[in-house]
Amino acid sequence: MSAQEKEKTFEQSIRRLEEIVEKLETGQVPLDESLKLFEEGVRLSRFCNAKLEEIERKIEILTKGEGGELKAEPFEEGAE
Amino acid sequence: MSDADLLSGFGRRKPLSVSEVNARVRNALEASFGELWVEGEISNYTRAASGHRYFTLKDERSQVRAVMFRGRGDAMRFEPENGMLVVVRAVLTVYEPRGEYQLNVLLLEPAGVGALQIAFEQLKKKLEAEGLFDPARKRPLPMLPRRLGIVTSPSGAAIRDILTVLRRRYPNIEVTIYPTLVQGDDAPPQIVEGIEALDRLGRFDAIIVTRGGGSMEDLWAFNDERVARAIAACRTPVISAVGHEIDFTIADFVADLRAPTPSAAAEIVVGRKEDLLEAVVGIERRMATAVSATLRQVRERLRANSPARILASTRAMMQTSSQRSDDLSRRLGLGMAALNDARNKQLARFATALEALSPLRALKRGYSIATLAGRTDPLTSIEGVEPGQELTLRLSDGSLDCGVNRVEKGEEN
Repeated sequence: MSAQEKEKTFEQSIRRLEEIVEKLETGQVPLDESLKLFEEGVRLSRFCNAKLEEIERKIEILTKGEGGELKAEPFEEGAE
Repeated sequence: MSDADLLSGFGRRKPLSVSEVNARVRNALEASFGELWVEGEISNYTRAASGHRYFTLKDERSQVRAVMFRGRGDAMRFEPENGMLVVVRAVLTVYEPRGEYQLNVLLLEPAGVGALQIAFEQLKKKLEAEGLFDPARKRPLPMLPRRLGIVTSPSGAAIRDILTVLRRRYPNIEVTIYPTLVQGDDAPPQIVEGIEALDRLGRFDAIIVTRGGGSMEDLWAFNDERVARAIAACRTPVISAVGHEIDFTIADFVADLRAPTPSAAAEIVVGRKEDLLEAVVGIERRMATAVSATLRQVRERLRANSPARILASTRAMMQTSSQRSDDLSRRLGLGMAALNDARNKQLARFATALEALSPLRALKRGYSIATLAGRTDPLTSIEGVEPGQELTLRLSDGSLDCGVNRVEKGEEN
């Protein structure tokens, strides 16, 4: 999945979460369905939290190799 | 002197050619004047196809022709305009083919406002006319920026400030730095290269183009047309953060987002994450409230209309759920008040607690609800339970009637 596609699913999840909560808040949803929605909501909010926390901190600096290709190296703060 | 005297010279002296006259005048002028500083207003300004600039300098009473050759002209930071009051450093010379004397301009500076200021205004006007500052062109940052590209000096204050903010408030972000000069004539091509290289990699949610504070000269690379065009062409959203709050650069106008300082650029990114965390927590709380309201409603209805047996089994389930959800709401409330850092961990707990709230799921996972025979409230303690008493256990798909054989006290959970 490309970064854009992943982003999309995150944004879709947030939108779906908003939909769910609005539906639940109408108070018109039967108990069965509202529990189902609730479960879906919990699943989505976990997914979103995971997305918010994923990716390890990584700080890199790009340097140019002899052929002009870019190489990533860890960035040491304070170093040149 | 009579006409006769004048005529008497003919034939005796060799006349000068026109070219010779002009050459002599030129030599005499150049030798006697040297370099001059001249102030005047520009008029009839033209830039020829050759790249040379021709114009007239004038004041209230007089005017003088001037030329600025391509090399000198192209070295100017700005393009002069008619009506502009300028000071030039020039040598007086003669354009021999026409026999006209003129100023050969070596250096041209606006009188009054600085050259940089004028160059800035001109480029700003030009790019604005092209629509490069159009709000409709601005690309939004993705909802959650997780990978950042940064074009800046690796040893500058800007990168230090940005990393400090990120470390404190968004420790799990990924950062890739493209090192460049950030001032001087070599800086703009490097900055352009950095923007293009990071954009080509295509994996960044945003690119920050930044440097710390300095004089207008120091910040000049960010007023360079090449840099402005690279930002405009970049498909990845660009945040510009140059100098201090009061410094506006062309890069700021073209960028998708302007941050007043490098730290502020980091804060924009961090804010996205914090806003989202808040939104998710808010939604969870609203879901919990809504579901407990529905549960209460159902309970009310059952109490009013249903036969005792259905009431008993449902009520037990509902009570458990609503108790948990009340508790949950309280904890969520506490969570909102807690500090940002604590929030992440709480969030994980909330999600678990929320999941537990669904009674059907709990029963499906192997939990059951016990009630004493003839009672409807769920059993939560061994207090008051005697061997020989009858219990009903509610499971996910039905219930069991059981007897108590022995009561044993255990650790309290």
